[in-house]
Amino acid sequence: MIWLTWRQFRGSAVMTAAVLVILTVVLALTGPDLASQYAAGIADCTPDNTCDQFFDRFFDGNQLPFLAVSLVVLALPALVGLFWGAPLITRELEAGTHLLVWNQSVTRGRWLAVKLGLTGLAAVAAACVCGLAVTWWSDPLDKSAFPDLAQMAPLVFGARGIVPMGYAAFAFALGVAVGMLVRRTLPAMALTLAAFAAIQIAMPMLVRPHLMPPVTSTFEIGYVNGGGIHVEGQGGGPVYLSLRAAVPGNAGAWVLSGDLLDPSGRTIAGTGEEAPVPVSVTSGPCAPQEAGPHGLDACWAEINRLGYRQQATYQPLDRFWPFQWIETGIYALLTLGLTWLSFWWVRRRLS
Amino acid sequence: MTSVLQAQALGKRYGKRWALSDCTIDIPAGHVVGLVGPNGAGKTTLLKLAGGQLQPTTGGITVLGERPGSTPAQLARVGFVAQDTPLYAALTVAEHLRLGTRLNPRWDAALARERITQLGLDPAHRAGKLSGGQRAQLALTLGLAKRPELLIADEPVASLDPLARRDFLQGLTEAVITHELSVVLSSHLVSDLEKVSDYLIVLVDSRVRMAGKVDRLLATHHRLTGPRRDPDRLPADQHVVSASHTDRQSTFVVRTEAPIHDPAWTVSRLSLEDLVLAYMEKPAENRRAAVEVQR
Repeated sequence: MIWLTWRQFRGSAVMTAAVLVILTVVLALTGPDLASQYAAGIADCTPDNTCDQFFDRFFDGNQLPFLAVSLVVLALPALVGLFWGAPLITRELEAGTHLLVWNQSVTRGRWLAVKLGLTGLAAVAAACVCGLAVTWWSDPLDKSAFPDLAQMAPLVFGARGIVPMGYAAFAFALGVAVGMLVRRTLPAMALTLAAFAAIQIAMPMLVRPHLMPPVTSTFEIGYVNGGGIHVEGQGGGPVYLSLRAAVPGNAGAWVLSGDLLDPSGRTIAGTGEEAPVPVSVTSGPCAPQEAGPHGLDACWAEINRLGYRQQATYQPLDRFWPFQWIETGIYALLTLGLTWLSFWWVRRRLS
Repeated sequence: MTSVLQAQALGKRYGKRWALSDCTIDIPAGHVVGLVGPNGAGKTTLLKLAGGQLQPTTGGITVLGERPGSTPAQLARVGFVAQDTPLYAALTVAEHLRLGTRLNPRWDAALARERITQLGLDPAHRAGKLSGGQRAQLALTLGLAKRPELLIADEPVASLDPLARRDFLQGLTEAVITHELSVVLSSHLVSDLEKVSDYLIVLVDSRVRMAGKVDRLLATHHRLTGPRRDPDRLPADQHVVSASHTDRQSTFVVRTEAPIHDPAWTVSRLSLEDLVLAYMEKPAENRRAAVEVQR
C-alpha cells in the first residue's frame, strides 16, 4: 500500500520538493546578508537613538521579498488542501479505481490510513521546511516591520513558526473529507478553497484575539504610535491628531485597538479616527519650521505635556510562541476531527 | 451443497431509491454462475454488496461464509473485476502487477507474468493506452493472480467488441479449469453467459426469478404449441412460465420434470436465451411461478 501511495504521489511530491529546495537555497543565500545589514544598521543607530527610523528604512527596502515569502507560507497550506487533499480520493472515485484497490487484500480503512498518513506527513513536512526557513530568513525584518506587518499581526503570524504545519495538516484533511463527500475533483477543490479561506479569515478575526486576554495600557505619544497631525482648511483651522496602530516599546505586538485619550482620560478618537488637539501649527513646537532631524518629536512632547495619551489594547510579542502552540493545537484537533470523519465515511458510506 | 454467496432479505437504498430490495439468493460453489437480468435489476448492486464495496441497508449477506470486505483475509479469498474494468491509467502493466504483489498475500506472480506474456501485453505500456479488451484482460489477470476462491466479475465484457469478448471469456474458462475457482459473472446478454456458465440465475426487480444448472434448466423447460387452451387446464405438474395466445393457438413455456405425452402439443426445446426471456417477461404473472431448479 505504501508503494502504491508513493507511486501515485511521487510526481507532485518531487515537484513540491524541488520548489521547496529552490526556495530554501535562495533564503539560505540571502539570509546572512540580510542579517548583517540589520546588525550594521543597529550598530549605527544605537548611539544617536534613531533605530525606529532605521527600522522603517530597512524594512521599506526589503518589503517586497518579505511579503513574497510570507505569502508563499500562507499559500502553501491552501495549495496542499487543493492539490493533494481534495483529489486524493476523488481521483480514485472518478476513475473507478477505488473498486480495483478495494478488492486487493487490503481493507479500505488501511488503504485510507496509508494514503492519509503518507501524504499528510509530506504536507506537514513541506509546511515545516517552508515555515521555519522563512521564519529564520525574515527574523531581522520581523524585528523592524511596520506595525501593520508586525510579527503578531494576522498576516505575518500565520506565516511564521509552527502554525503553517497545523494549517497544512488541516487543509489536507479538509480537502480529503470534502472530496469524499463531494466525490468530484473540481467541485471538491473549489469547496475546499472556500472553506479553508473562510476559516483562515475567521481565525484571526474571531478566535485569535481571545486566546489570551489582551493587555490594555496607556502610552505617551511618539514616533512609533503618533500617526500625524493635520490642519483643517487653509491654516488657522483646528489641528487634528491621529494615531497609528502601534505601541512604543512593544515592536511586533498586535494592536487590537488604539484610542486617543484627552487630558481628562476620556476617549476622543478610536482606532483610525482623528481628534482636534489645542496646539498651534503656526508657531511653537508643532510648527513645520521647527521640524528638525527628529521630525515631529518636539511636537509629540508638547502633546504629551498637554496630557494626551494613547490607550492601546494589544497582544504583545512575547506571546508569540504560546499563541503558536495554542493555534497549532486547535488546528491539530480540527484535523483529527476531519480524519475521524473520513475514516467513518470510508467505512460506512463511501462506495 | 456449499454456498459461495448467501443473501437474506438483502436491500440497498440510495437516498429514496431502492437499488436492491428484499433479495434472497443462494449461489452454490463450484460453478461458473451467470447472473442475468435486465438493466436495473440490481445485478451490480448485488455484486458490489458481495464485494464489500457497499454496506447493505437491510438484510444480510455472506460471501464464503463471512461478511464481505470485513478482513484482509476475507478480501484475499474473493477476486473482483469491476464494471468497465477500472485500472490506474498512469501506471504501467508491470506496475499493476507490482500493485498486486504488494497488496495480496497469496499473489501468484508466475501466473500473472505468464498471462501477460500470453496476452502479448508490453509490461512497460501504460494502462491508460491499452485497448478495452487489453484492459479487461489485465483486470482479469489481477483478479486471477490473487488466487481467490471466488471470482466476481460485473459485466466485464459489456463494453468489448465481439473478438475481445470471446478472448476474455475464453481466458476466464481456462482459468476456471486450471485453478478450480467459483465464478459469479453478470451480464444482461445471455449469449455471453451461455459460453461460460454452467449455472444460471435470472434476477428481475431484485428477485431471483429462476436459478439452476444450465443443462437441467434446458432439460426441464419446453415450449408447447397447439390449439388454444386455458393454462388452468394443463396438468398439475406442468408449471406455466409464460403463455401467449392467438385466436386459435396457444404457446406455453412450461417447466416439468415429467415427459409430455399430450399428442395435441408440438413440443420443442428452448434455447437458453428464449428460456431467460420467458422468465424476464410478464413479471406479475411469473412472480408466483418463481422456481428454483437444482441438482
